Amino acid sequence: MKIAPWIAIAAFGFAGAAVAQDDNTLNVEGETLLTETAAPAHMDSVDTIYSGWRFRSSETQALQTDDFDNPGMIFVDTAIEQWDKVDGSEGKACSSCHEDVADFAGLRTKLPRVDNGELVTMENLINECRTDRMGAEAWKWSKGKMTAMTALIGLQSRGMAMDVATEGEAAPFWEKGKELYYTRVGQLDMACSNCHEDNYGVMIRADHLSQGQINGFPTYRLKNAKLNSIHGRFKGCMKNIRATPFAEGGDEFKALELYLASRGQGLSVETPSVRN
Amino acid sequence: MKHTLGFAVVATLGASMALAEEVKPMAVSFADGTVAASLTGVAGDPVNGRAVFANRKQGNCLACHTNSDLSEESFHGEVGPPMDGVADRWSEAELRGIVSNSKMMFEGTIMPAFYIDSGYTRPLDDFAGQSILTAQQVEDVVAYLMTLKEE
Ligand code: HEC
Ligand code: HEC
Ligand code: HEC
Repeated sequence: MKIAPWIAIAAFGFAGAAVAQDDNTLNVEGETLLTETAAPAHMDSVDTIYSGWRFRSSETQALQTDDFDNPGMIFVDTAIEQWDKVDGSEGKACSSCHEDVADFAGLRTKLPRVDNGELVTMENLINECRTDRMGAEAWKWSKGKMTAMTALIGLQSRGMAMDVATEGEAAPFWEKGKELYYTRVGQLDMACSNCHEDNYGVMIRADHLSQGQINGFPTYRLKNAKLNSIHGRFKGCMKNIRATPFAEGGDEFKALELYLASRGQGLSVETPSVRN
Repeated sequence: MKHTLGFAVVATLGASMALAEEVKPMAVSFADGTVAASLTGVAGDPVNGRAVFANRKQGNCLACHTNSDLSEESFHGEVGPPMDGVADRWSEAELRGIVSNSKMMFEGTIMPAFYIDSGYTRPLDDFAGQSILTAQQVEDVVAYLMTLKEE
């Protein structure tokens, strides 16, 4: 074990580089969103948590400040139409039972949560209505109809603080998610924490590493010009380290989602956020 | 017929030569994080090593290390220390150890082990049982790093 030689040089290198998050304030349609707050007590090695917005270029940041410029809103509009569309054997639309989508204000901040002993996400709740209450087919986890609807429902909580339950019934799921977060996987043998906890604020090739927060999901990405689900993003990060991703909607990713949501406690919901 | 036979002989010869001289990933012997002997017995090619260093599908070392010698490449990561003058700080044996399996030198490092073919979990099928770099690519990268001198 020999570590001395590079430390001095590394410190010098880091000091000279444009590191860390910026100081910009996120105002969306006149409302100020909280993109930085004290880390929750369960996080040992991080003092302050930041939204991924703080690590993006000013051009990308600007797209999220005005709903007219936010490309994610185009998809939200399709969900508004979908809301009134009758589908399935029961001849019902979402609006047949849910008077106003605005009634879902606050829901995003509490998910995932435990219902009847099972960890459920927004996607699960929507599909439960579709299959059990409408007699319609479940939507695919990361496909357009689902991400549009999770964006519309998430938007009702925009500006509200993330506040998931991690104790009681949620504890075993949370523990599992935490373990996954710190477990190295893939041919490159890395854990989420290696990038998003140990190295946020620095450049990894062309990307400015953030804390990997999920308060803005689904996110509109310039890279693929569509809304991206939380599990879709997890999948992408796993593939980048040459790891076989867990299944979207599976127990592992749901647990990881709960754990990540808890690492963002207090940050404002930004749905739909814009990232590169 | 004759041709096929001749071809088979050459192929077998090639394979047994490789077997004799190339150190397999799990057989690399580390002493204090360093690897003294060449993995292939063939001198490393610094020109190819430079290409492997930059290539996103091979070393992709630039993902984490800045390197003034590759200023034509646009994006240099900052996760690890700069590579400038790295040969002034480390010997060839140390560099071979760091590139083959940096965890032997830097405990718990984020830097991938480039010459192991097991010991990691859930690899994508396409990469299972393989090392990120071949033995010769490791030698090439080490030869390239040895050219990065400032003093
Ligand atoms: C047949 C009536 C019906 C239809 C149609 C329906 N839902 Fe529901 N939905 C319900 C009921 C009942 C609940 C459970 C309410 C509760 O537990 O308070 C629910 C719950 C939900 C929840 C979870 C709310 C919460 O606070 O936990 C979401 C999200 C939701 N529905 C979305 C939708 C969407 C999107 C559609 C259309 C694709 C839809 N629903 C269609 C009846 C319906
Ligand atoms: C090799 C480094 C690396 C590893 C390991 C990694 N990621 Fe990422 N991740 C990135 C990069 C680069 C981005 C895009 C820039 C950013 O937001 O950090 C990103 C983005 C994200 C985002 C989007 C953040 C936002 O603001 O929209 C989430 C969420 C995320 N990662 C979760 C994970 C999870 C969960 C894991 C472990 C399964 C993981 N990442 C592992 C590099 C990594
Ligand atoms: C995911 C990021 C990452 C990648 C990819 C990476 N490294 Fe590193 N490397 C590091 C870090 C971080 C260190 C510092 C050691 C530690 O973790 O304590 C390091 C240290 C080193 C050192 C010692 C440098 C010094 O000055 O002390 C050398 C040499 C090195 N790396 C070479 C390479 C080569 C060659 C490649 C590509 C084949 C590579 N690295 C790929 C992250 C990386």
